[in-house]
Amino acid sequence: MAKRIDVSGLSAYYGSAKAIEDISMTVEPRSVTAFIGPSGCGKSTFLRTLNRMHEVIPNAHVEGKVMLDDENLYASGVDPVAVRRTVGMVFQRPNPFPTMSIYDNVAAGLKLNGMRRKGDLDTLVEKSLKGANLWNEVKDRLNKPGAGLSGGQQQRLCIARAIAVEPQVLLMDEPCSALDPISTLAIEDLIGELKERFTIVIVTHNMQQAARVSDRTAFFNLAAVGQPGRLIEIDETERIFSNPSVQATEDYISGRFG
Amino acid sequence: MSAVTDKTPQGGIHPSAPSLKHARLPKWAPAATAVGAIAVAVGIGMGAELSSKIQWGLIAVLLFVGTLHVLSSKVEGTRQAKDRLATSLLWVCFILAVIPLFSLIEYTIAKGLKVLDAAFLSHSMNGVITTETGGGIYHSLIGTLEQVGIATAMAAPIGLLTAIYLVEYGRGKLAKTVTFFVDVMTGVPSIVAGLFILSFWIIYLDFNFSGFAGAMALAILMMPVVVRSTEEMLKLVPNELREASLALGVPKWLTILRVVLPTAIGGIVTGVMLAIARITGETAPVLLLVYGSTAINNNPFDGPQDSLPLYVFQQWKNGNEPSYDRAWAAALVLIALVMAFNLLARGIARWKAPSGGRG
Repeated sequence: MAKRIDVSGLSAYYGSAKAIEDISMTVEPRSVTAFIGPSGCGKSTFLRTLNRMHEVIPNAHVEGKVMLDDENLYASGVDPVAVRRTVGMVFQRPNPFPTMSIYDNVAAGLKLNGMRRKGDLDTLVEKSLKGANLWNEVKDRLNKPGAGLSGGQQQRLCIARAIAVEPQVLLMDEPCSALDPISTLAIEDLIGELKERFTIVIVTHNMQQAARVSDRTAFFNLAAVGQPGRLIEIDETERIFSNPSVQATEDYISGRFG
Repeated sequence: MSAVTDKTPQGGIHPSAPSLKHARLPKWAPAATAVGAIAVAVGIGMGAELSSKIQWGLIAVLLFVGTLHVLSSKVEGTRQAKDRLATSLLWVCFILAVIPLFSLIEYTIAKGLKVLDAAFLSHSMNGVITTETGGGIYHSLIGTLEQVGIATAMAAPIGLLTAIYLVEYGRGKLAKTVTFFVDVMTGVPSIVAGLFILSFWIIYLDFNFSGFAGAMALAILMMPVVVRSTEEMLKLVPNELREASLALGVPKWLTILRVVLPTAIGGIVTGVMLAIARITGETAPVLLLVYGSTAINNNPFDGPQDSLPLYVFQQWKNGNEPSYDRAWAAALVLIALVMAFNLLARGIARWKAPSGGRG
């Protein structure tokens, strides 16, 4: 199921502006990798290059290689739609489809990709909602609109929607930044469970969160305002938070800047 | 706060009044002032024997605005008085804007109900002598519905697809060109659209006058309106929804079809309905292309038809009392039809609006 991601020499551009420069790293399967760093350093941009969502933005393009096991996502002939089915994504703000019920939201990816059999759908919807720890809260109102849930529930609904299509990798772009501590805890617990099945990459501004949920942590920074963001270092989370090898990382973590 | 203000020396913003309360005019004051102003204005008007009712109205307005302002500045202070002044001026403007609308509707209803009955709706003008009573608008109603229906069937899909192209796919020169021509088309006078179809379809290609020819001109008028309104509605759909769908591995065309369009459908339908309402009242292209007829012609593709605006125009041109009555009744039906479209649009918009919010 879960796959390893190998990035080498990756740069991403918005028009002619370079947002991130020459990033190389390895993301281990069945683990949680956290991206930390100050705002605007390209964490989210880099995350979006991992499932080719970056190029959805007009004039954006990418240079370099992203290997998913032994397939380059940016090789010619690779279908971005197929990439996104393999590498799912959860966004910063919960974004359930407002016209759809809870059930249809979870089933959206399956239905829109051609799965029609009611029985199979029912099974997968239940499995995904259970996987996102939401089943008990919504099982009696599956036909109510998804937008009627609370923020934390909406975000778990979005996670259920993302895992329903059975991706190999799950990218999370600050999934808890719009949530209260209790919902955050629910999602962090969920991340712990999901890493048994998926490769998880999470962007977060909350360093305690990175320390709590991740196995490895990558620190991003930019040399100066207007410069592209770079990967400063990536290591075991424990090492990053106790004994980082770069001074800038220690400064950032201990709150001396950023 | 109060303990501190007690010791504050004179010269602050509120040197003498530290309280947050102050005197207010009672809630009924504006209404009472308005009634009083109207009564006084009527008195002055009758006393001075002013013949024009517009003068009466102006006096009432000035009295109302002035009195309320003076009262308010005496009782409530200058800031409240300014607020009262602005509010009362807004009310006056609102009433000024509404007067023409209401008097138009009232006048049309009063005049139109005279001959409006089931027979009027179900009979044509075939064989009716125009100087006598009788006859009806059935042939015009059929014509209007068919022409508007055909125009919508042509303009709505093209307009919708153009808007989808512009919002979801359009980049660079082609999109800019399309936007430019849509803007130009918005400004095309209806008579020009009619002349274009006349010279191309009827004179050059040598087709007969028909409801279809009129519908083509109406479609030209309708298309840019549909494009514009649909474009605005599609732009309102949050990008996050598109990204959420794309991130599930859903192809772009399916994302547009199953996520973007359903989210915006209420607004899109409203836009199309308003465009329909707009072309229903068009007279010029119909006059040029549909030609007008007194008999029922159910076939929009062959031979002259009639339509409601054209009917009103022709009856008025007849220049006699029974024809005037028929014209008013047809105008009333036309207004009712357009209003029904608008209400339908609102109903659909409310019904289809994404049911969001926490319950």
